[in-house]
Amino acid sequence: MSRIRLETISKTFGEELALSKVSLDIQDNEFFVLLGPTGAGKTTTLRVIAGLEKQDAGHVYFDESLVDSIPPADRDTAFVFQQYSLYPNMTVYENLAFPLKSPLRNFDAADIDRRIKDAAEKLRITHLLERKTARLSGGEMQRVSIGRAIVRKPRVFLMDEPLSNLDAKLRESLRVELKHLQKTQEVTTLFVTHDQIEALTMADRLAVLNNGKIIQIGSPDDIYDRPASTFVAQLVGTPRINLFETEFAGGKLHSLKNALEFDATGLEPASKTLVGIRPEDISISAQGTFHAKVVLKEPLGVETIVHLQTEDNKLLAIVPGISHHQIGETVKFEVNSDRLHFFTTEGERIEAKGVAA
Amino acid sequence: MALRSPSAPKQDVVISTRVDKVGLRPALLRNFRAGLAVVAALIMLLPAVWMSMTAFKSRPDAVSVPPKVFFTPTLEGFVSLLTDRRQLSNTELEDYKQRTDLNWMDKLALKRGQAIIGWSEFPKHLRNSIIISVTSTFLSIFFGVLAAYAFSRFKIPGESDLLFFILSTRMLPPVVVTIPIFLMYRALGLFDTHIGLILLYTAFNLSFAVWLMKGFIDEIPKEYEEAALVDGYTRLQAFRKIVLPQAITGIAATTVFSFIFAWNEYAFALMLTSSAARTAPPSLPSRIGTGGVEWAAIAAGSLLFLIPAIILTFALRKHLLRGVTFGAIRKG
Repeated sequence: MSRIRLETISKTFGEELALSKVSLDIQDNEFFVLLGPTGAGKTTTLRVIAGLEKQDAGHVYFDESLVDSIPPADRDTAFVFQQYSLYPNMTVYENLAFPLKSPLRNFDAADIDRRIKDAAEKLRITHLLERKTARLSGGEMQRVSIGRAIVRKPRVFLMDEPLSNLDAKLRESLRVELKHLQKTQEVTTLFVTHDQIEALTMADRLAVLNNGKIIQIGSPDDIYDRPASTFVAQLVGTPRINLFETEFAGGKLHSLKNALEFDATGLEPASKTLVGIRPEDISISAQGTFHAKVVLKEPLGVETIVHLQTEDNKLLAIVPGISHHQIGETVKFEVNSDRLHFFTTEGERIEAKGVAA
Repeated sequence: MALRSPSAPKQDVVISTRVDKVGLRPALLRNFRAGLAVVAALIMLLPAVWMSMTAFKSRPDAVSVPPKVFFTPTLEGFVSLLTDRRQLSNTELEDYKQRTDLNWMDKLALKRGQAIIGWSEFPKHLRNSIIISVTSTFLSIFFGVLAAYAFSRFKIPGESDLLFFILSTRMLPPVVVTIPIFLMYRALGLFDTHIGLILLYTAFNLSFAVWLMKGFIDEIPKEYEEAALVDGYTRLQAFRKIVLPQAITGIAATTVFSFIFAWNEYAFALMLTSSAARTAPPSLPSRIGTGGVEWAAIAAGSLLFLIPAIILTFALRKHLLRGVTFGAIRKG
């Protein structure tokens, strides 16, 4: 178990910039998630930590020791790949034994066997041990692959989208298992995903990456409630945050056709400001100050996503349970003004002084 | 432990009811195709069958017109292939007929009025063929796999130029360079040596081995090795434990092709050897000559010559189909 520290890591592939001055400090036993769209540099970051890729600039530290020139085998990390992670032509048992039989470690046969049985039990794959890996389902494969990581106690788990090739139901259950496992095993984990739900549900802390740069680091709450930019705001949260332009007039922010109006106390006057409202912060009620037409409903059971059309914007709202509003009906709604997000037109967050929490 | 054998999953046999699978026409078409394949196979096998028959014919049977399909098999051909003989005079012949220490080969020779005076060169040539083909195949595969792995996995400056350069060694019919190589070998003392032919065949086969193996290794996802690297193995250990077992199909296919090339090579073997390192292919036609064409002996030699290639191909047949169709059927 180790603290992993990245110091201004940069990496280019040919002309393409993969990572640009990425610095991270991952605490011992922390479940750290790297979130970002495809090509953001998440996997490259993992590979640099594992030693599979050499950074062009910057340093990697495990605890206090510099590991830049240490080959992958000696870094003692465990890597769970998105796919192709199991050695073909080997049984599950042999796969699990493989890292333990490395010439770098000398476990005796009994110890190896005990560790494998242990890991298999934790992951509920004991019945699969004699099976060839080609005859496993996707979920079983990823379990074995995680098993290969936990049979030894590596300094860090590196997981590269281990759940993204699985179907939705399986992903959910493995997500819970993984999180539980990480907490009981007490192992520093770096988990890469493009799925914001995975990121929010699993992470102790997460970093949002885009185009090889870190946009924001924080706890899931931080990222969700105080997104540093419109990019982060739009990346996390489903349905997406409502984002629209407003103009500053008379100490208030108006949407372009004045359908919406917000208090702007504590904001610097600017010609244009972007306002973000999370769908759950819009509540449809008879006492509401604003009005809009219902254009579409997506009932999900526990809640319904209602698409509203005001005079100037389309807004998404979440209503608990099944909504009884008719499509085409005009409804009144209220906005939780404590939870508004303000951004500059360039997408940078504006902190309203003394108003919003 | 599972009770069922893992290789034979129990599955209910479902007889398809799809019209396109059970209709009269598809069934007919399938039978027609199978029939055609059998006929084609028979036609292609015919020369081999005829050769095998000739190998067991007596001298008059081998040249009889019309050709004999039914005949009494004899090992005369093999005896005349494998031994050197001398014609006996009439008095000697009478002598010989009285002798009781003759083995079956002597007796066969005696039928033609000949006495065996020793083994012929052919067994030696056959042994040379085996030594040279096996060694050059091994070397081609060994270097080919290593080079292919490097080309496949590492960033090599000028990679595509190098690969083209390697391939360009096959862009000329090899026979064109026979004379220069002959002169070179004479000067270097490689003429009529095993090592000379081994080097030559390895050089020819290496380009082929590199290209073929590169294709196979490219198909092995590099994640496997990376997983092994992270799991505590060096690059070389990962190569041996992870890559090699998966490249076995490619290695098998490349082995067969390389071996057959070296085994069948005629022109260079004829030019660059005289006796000590002479291989079987140029040795066979030299049977034609003194005392008319010994068809049975030549057929017997060809038959013996075929056997090692058949054994190798048969042993590796499982991998061969995949190797031959490689590139034509690519997975996703």
